[in-house]
Amino acid sequence: MPDDIRPDTDVPVLEIEDLRLSYYTRAGEIPAVMDFSLKVNAGESVGLVGESGCGKSTVANGIMRYMGKNGGIVGGTIKFKGRDMAEMSDEEVRRLRGAEIAMIYQEPMAALNPSMTIADQLTEVLTEHEGIGRQEAAERAAEMLDAVHIPDPRRLMDSYPHQISGGQQQRVVIAMALLSRPSLLLLDEPTTALDVTVEAGIVELIAELSEKTGASLLYISHNLGLMLEVCDRICVMYSGEVVEQGSIDSIFSWPKHPYTHGLFGCIPLPHADKNARPLAAIRGQLPLPHQRPKGCYFGPRCDFFVQEKCGQQQIPMEEVTTDNDPVHRVRCARWNEVDTSTAMIAGEAREPAPVGEVVLEVDNMKKYYEVKDSSFGAMLSGQSMRYVKANETINFRARRSETIGIVGESGCGKSTFAKVLMGLETATDGEVRLNHVNIGAIPVRSRTADQLSSLQMVFQNPNDTLNPSHTIGGQIGRVIKHFGIEKDPAKIHERVMNLLDTVKLPRAFAERKPRQLSGGQKQRVGIARAFAGNPSTVIADEPISALDVSVAAAVTELLMDIQREHETTLLFISHDLSAVRYLADRIVVMYLGQIMERGTTDEVFAPPYHPYTEALLSAVPIADPEIEKRRIVLEGNLPSVLDPPAGCPFCTRCPRVLGDICENERPPVQIDGEGHAIACHIPLDELRQVEPVLKVPNELEKKRSLMLKQARAKKAAAEAAAAEAAAASARARAAAAEAALADELVADADAAIKQDQT
Amino acid sequence: MAEQTETLDMPVRENSLQRWLKAIALLRESPVGMVGGGIVVFFILISIFAPLISPYDPNANLVPFVTPFSTVDDKFFLFGTDQLGRDILSRLIWGGQRVLFYATAATLSAYAVGIVMGLAAGYSKGWVDEAISFVANVILSFPVMVLYVLIIATLGASGLNIIFAVVFASSPGIMRIVRGLTLDISTREYIAAAQTRGESAWFIMMVEILPNARGPLIVDFCLRMGYTTITIGALGFLGLGLPPPDPDWGGMITEARAFVMGGFPHMAIIPACAVSLLVLGFNLLADGLREVSLKD
Repeated sequence: MPDDIRPDTDVPVLEIEDLRLSYYTRAGEIPAVMDFSLKVNAGESVGLVGESGCGKSTVANGIMRYMGKNGGIVGGTIKFKGRDMAEMSDEEVRRLRGAEIAMIYQEPMAALNPSMTIADQLTEVLTEHEGIGRQEAAERAAEMLDAVHIPDPRRLMDSYPHQISGGQQQRVVIAMALLSRPSLLLLDEPTTALDVTVEAGIVELIAELSEKTGASLLYISHNLGLMLEVCDRICVMYSGEVVEQGSIDSIFSWPKHPYTHGLFGCIPLPHADKNARPLAAIRGQLPLPHQRPKGCYFGPRCDFFVQEKCGQQQIPMEEVTTDNDPVHRVRCARWNEVDTSTAMIAGEAREPAPVGEVVLEVDNMKKYYEVKDSSFGAMLSGQSMRYVKANETINFRARRSETIGIVGESGCGKSTFAKVLMGLETATDGEVRLNHVNIGAIPVRSRTADQLSSLQMVFQNPNDTLNPSHTIGGQIGRVIKHFGIEKDPAKIHERVMNLLDTVKLPRAFAERKPRQLSGGQKQRVGIARAFAGNPSTVIADEPISALDVSVAAAVTELLMDIQREHETTLLFISHDLSAVRYLADRIVVMYLGQIMERGTTDEVFAPPYHPYTEALLSAVPIADPEIEKRRIVLEGNLPSVLDPPAGCPFCTRCPRVLGDICENERPPVQIDGEGHAIACHIPLDELRQVEPVLKVPNELEKKRSLMLKQARAKKAAAEAAAAEAAAASARARAAAAEAALADELVADADAAIKQDQT
Repeated sequence: MAEQTETLDMPVRENSLQRWLKAIALLRESPVGMVGGGIVVFFILISIFAPLISPYDPNANLVPFVTPFSTVDDKFFLFGTDQLGRDILSRLIWGGQRVLFYATAATLSAYAVGIVMGLAAGYSKGWVDEAISFVANVILSFPVMVLYVLIIATLGASGLNIIFAVVFASSPGIMRIVRGLTLDISTREYIAAAQTRGESAWFIMMVEILPNARGPLIVDFCLRMGYTTITIGALGFLGLGLPPPDPDWGGMITEARAFVMGGFPHMAIIPACAVSLLVLGFNLLADGLREVSLKD
C-alpha cells in the first residue's frame, strides 16, 4: 500500500459531532437521528447496533451525504480526516464516495449490476477513480478477489452476478469496496441476507481485512453476537439516539443502560433454558418518531423509570467512571444508582410440560419435484425427466406438547417439508401420519375439516401473513366460523376477544386493519389465527426470523405459553440454531433434503456431532464473550439440488471428509443411545472424541472472571488516578515555579521602575 | 417507518363514508387528479340533473341553424341549434347522460367478465390459464376498431350491442391485468393460510385475492372509462352508435359534418370538445389516483 494513502494516525478518520438527521414526510419533519457523536480512529472497527427503525442506516447514509430526496442533515458536523464534509463541493463528495469511503449493503445481488460481468464492474472502479488502464485494473481486481478468498478469481471474473452464489456475491462486493483502498468502510448489515455458515466466512473475512488493510470500519448490525467478533467499540442506538457506547469489553461485561441490558436478556444464549431460565423480553415497543416520550425515550419500557429523574428533560450522555474504559458513555439519568447487572435478566422459571402420546409420525417421507430436461443430451440418453429431491427419506416422531426444531440453511428442504405436512404439496413416497391417519398423499382440498383444523401453521413474514384488506377480528373469526367451532356471531366475537387476550393484544385491535399494526403485533395475530381452530399440531415456519430481537423474544415466549396451555405439538422450523436450541425439546438437522442428525436438544448440542451440526454450531454468532467457541468455517457452496453428490450430501463441504466412501456411498444412520441418530460414515466412537464447539463457563467461573475483570479495572483506574494526581502535582509544582518566576519578574520590573523614577 | 406513522391515533372504526372522504382527501394531494376528478364529477352531475338543467327538449325542432350565443324568438341558444333546429346544449346534456351511462355499464360489464377470467386463469394456472390466455390473445390480436365494427354491423346498432362489443373487446385486456395481480397475490402467505384451512377456490379468489388487487384496478378502470367514451363516440361517428333520434355525441358530430364547411362549425366542434373533455377528465383522474397510490 503506498504511503500517501496510509491513514494519518493523528487525525481520526471520522469525527461526527452532534449530528442531527431528519426525514420530511406528510406528517412533517421527523427527526431520525439526534445528538449523534462518534469518533472513529484509523484502523478501528466501530459497531452500530440497534433494532430496526433506530436510525443506524440513516447515520450511514448521512456520512455518505446520501439522504435521498426527503431527508436532510439538520445540524452537527461530519469531519472526514479532519475536513468538514459540509464544506466540500458535490464533486469532492462524489470523489470521496467509493474512493475514500466505501459502503457495503445488505443485499449483494442488488449491489451488483446483473447485466455486467464481475470483471467489468470491478475494473470500472479503478479506471474511474484512479484512471489506470484496463489491463492493469484487471490485474488488481484479480488480486483483490484472491484477497477475499475467492477460489479461481480469473474464471469468476468472466461470470455474471447471477451465476455465483450469495456468499460469493458479497465477497465480490467487498472486493469492489476495497479496490480503491478506502480508509473508511461502512458495512450496513452485510451478512443479514446470508446463511449462517456463509455469514461466518464473511465475518471472518471482514475482521481479517480490516486488520490487513488498516481501513476503519463502521459495522452496522442488529446482531450483538456479530459485533463481538468484528468490532473494537460499539454504539447502541435506540430511537434515533446513542444510548450507550464503549469498548466491546465494557459493554458486554457491564452494560449500564437498561436497554442494552434488556437486549442481552432477549438473546437466547446457550445457557438460556425455556423452563429454568426463560428469555425476558423488553415490554412494549419502539416509540414512533413523532410519539417519542418526554425525557428518556426508553422510559415507557424501562423498569427503572422514575418520573422526576427520567421524564423531565433530555438525558445527556455521561461518562461511566466506574470502569477503566475512557470511552464508555451512557445516556441514562440513573446509571449510577441502578445496578442493572443484579436485576434479573431471565424471566420467571416454569415447570417443563409433560410429553404425551405420539401425534405425528413421519415415515420414509420423500418429496421429489419433476423437472423436464429438454436438452439434446437428455433426449439422447432417454432421461428427459430429472428430479429435484427436495425431501429424501424423512423420519421422525412428534409427541403431544413437544417442540421439534427443524434446522437447516436455505435450500435444505425444510419449507417443502412443511408444505407436504400442510397438504399444499403431496408426498412422493412414504407416510405422514397425523393421529394415526396417513395424510401425506392427501392434498389440502381433499382433507376433512378435522384434519385441517388439527394441523395449522404460523408463517414467516409478518407483512404477508395477514390479508391487508380485512380486519384482524374478521380474519381470526373466519377461522372459528370455517371450522365450525362456533356458529353464533356473538360467540365467535367472544372467542376472537379471548384469543386476542391470549396473544396479549388489546381487544380494540379486532377492528383494525393489518397495516395499523407493527410487525410483532401482526405475528401475534398470526399465532392467534393458527390457534383459533384448536389444532393439535402447529407448524411454525421461521416465525421470528423477520422480527427484531426484543420483539422476537416476546413472540417466542408467547408461542411457548400458548403451546403449553393447549398442549400443542409444535414444529419449529428455523435456520437460527440458538433459537431452536432454546425452544426445542428435540432437533432435526437437515441438509439438502436429508436428515443429518436428530435427537434431543442436549444430544444434538454435545458430541458426538454430525460434522455439519458441528459447523452450524460454530457458525452461530454468540453475544457472550465468556463463551469460548471453536471456529469451523465451511468452504464452498451448497451443491445444486438437481445434481446432489451420490454419497453423503455434505461431502463437498465436510471438513472431516474421509474420502471416496463419502462421495459414493450413502452414509449409514448410526444410532447413539435412545433416538439420537447421525447419518455419517465416521464411526460414532471417533465422533465422540470431538471436542465440544462451545465452552460455556459455569456460574462460578463466570463470577470469578467478572470479579477478576472488575479488580483489574479498579487497579487500572487507581493507577490512572495516581498518574493523574502525579501529573497534577507536577503541574502544581510547575505552576508554583511559574508563579515564583512571575513574582521575580514583577519584582525586577518594580525595581526597574523605581530605578527609572530615581 | 413512515408507513406506520399514523397508526395509533387513527379512529378505530371507519364507516364507508369516512373512508370515501379520506380517499378524496388523499386525492387532494394531486392537483392533476383534482382537475380530472372535477371534470368527471361535473359531467356526472350534469347527467343526473339533465331534466332540470336542459333548457329545451333535445329532440324538439325549434329554429334551425342558429349560431351560438344568440336569441331567436325570445329563445336563448347558448350553443346554437343544428340543421333540424334542435338545441345543441340540450342535446349535449342528454347525450352526455347516455354516453356516461353506456360507458359505465359497458366498462363495468367488461370488468365483471375480465375479473372472473383473470382470477380463474391466475389462480388455477395449468390448462385453465392456458386456454383463457389463448382466447384472450386471439381477441387482442385483432384491431379493436375492426372488432367493434364487425360486431355492431352484425348484431345491429343498439345500446346493448355496444355494451356487448365493449365487453368482448376489452375484457381480455382486463383479464391480463387481473391475472398478473392474481399470480403475484397468490404467493402471499395469507393465501397459503386460507388454503390450509380448506377454503374454497371461489372464496379465496373473491375474498382473499380480489380486494387486494383493487388499487391498480381502480386506476385502470378510470383509464378504460376514457377509452370507452372515445369508442362510443367513434361508433356514433361511424353511424354504428346509439340509435337516433336520441342525442349521442358521436352521432352529433357525424350529422354536423356536412355543415362544418358551410359556416356552422360549432355543430361539430362543441360535441367533439365534450368528448375530449370527458376523456381528458378520466385520464387525469387516473393519473392522479396513480400518483397518490404511489406515495408512501
